[in-house]
Amino acid sequence: MRLDPATILAILGMAVATYLTRIAGLFVAGNLRLRGRTKAAFDAIPPAVLIAVIAPSALATGWRETLAAAIAALAATRLPLLAVVGVGVAAVVALRHLV
Amino acid sequence: MSMLAAGEPRSLLADMRAGVGDIWPIMVAATPIGLLFGALCAAKGLSPAESVLMSILVFAGGAQFAAVELWTYPVPVATLVFSTLLINARHILMGASLAPKLGRFSWPQRLAGLYFLTDESWALAERRAQHSPLMPAYWFAVAALLPVAWVGSTLVGAMAGSLMGDPKQIGADFAFTALFIGLVAGFWRGSATGIVVAASGAASAVVYTLAGPPWHVLAGALCGIAAAFAVGGDKR
Repeated sequence: MRLDPATILAILGMAVATYLTRIAGLFVAGNLRLRGRTKAAFDAIPPAVLIAVIAPSALATGWRETLAAAIAALAATRLPLLAVVGVGVAAVVALRHLV
Repeated sequence: MSMLAAGEPRSLLADMRAGVGDIWPIMVAATPIGLLFGALCAAKGLSPAESVLMSILVFAGGAQFAAVELWTYPVPVATLVFSTLLINARHILMGASLAPKLGRFSWPQRLAGLYFLTDESWALAERRAQHSPLMPAYWFAVAALLPVAWVGSTLVGAMAGSLMGDPKQIGADFAFTALFIGLVAGFWRGSATGIVVAASGAASAVVYTLAGPPWHVLAGALCGIAAAFAVGGDKR
């Protein structure tokens, strides 16, 4: 069982940063009155962050990954979450091996 | 849970049962993702103990995957913490929208309960709060079970990871991309979301190519949010 000090420091730093984001909402809630454009911007945060994280993998890796991402997006309009993962992974494996 | 009056055991149990019923499909979905996370940790040289510690203490899939992707030796501590803060900044707004619905929670329950705030538990709680008061019994049933799947699958993945060989061979490196595409579908609000996705994706890919991580996350998130702000107002 190996525990590297720098790794532990990074994990603790990540943990503290994450917990602070989780409880911060309790203290700003009273000052947040969201409607109109502000509400739209608020609603956009989860999809904007999720897409920003995966965009390099989906758009800046190769045409196979981009095509597999498009197939996964198509699957996401019809299928539950786990099936979307299955379709996306199967598509990328097929494209990498066959084409 | 102590806040419930003695005459309400049925609703306590019903809330717990509702929480379990809502969270188990997400536990099933999280298990292969946790296996993948553990395997990717092993591929980057993290020990099973370190991988599990991260899943327990950070307990935020997106930030954890991003961290593993950024992981090098010597460990870039500041970059990892900054990237985590960036990706999890959405928790601030999720917590703010949840805060007015936590009236039945004591302060210790709020501070302990929000340790388990995730995209999934937040979405479940918001949905629940639309038709009944959000009770600690519901939240803690959701909260206690998701880490079991996440931490357990991380451990198995980390131990099996070295046996799996190259994760690319079985497409495991792409599972996270497909997962996030599926998650975005859950936040879909018509064409406005399409504009957000296009702006965020384009900005992130360009900045990733030009400047590298973790700046693509900030650039993509800000462009997506700005796009929503630009087109969103007149629809309401």
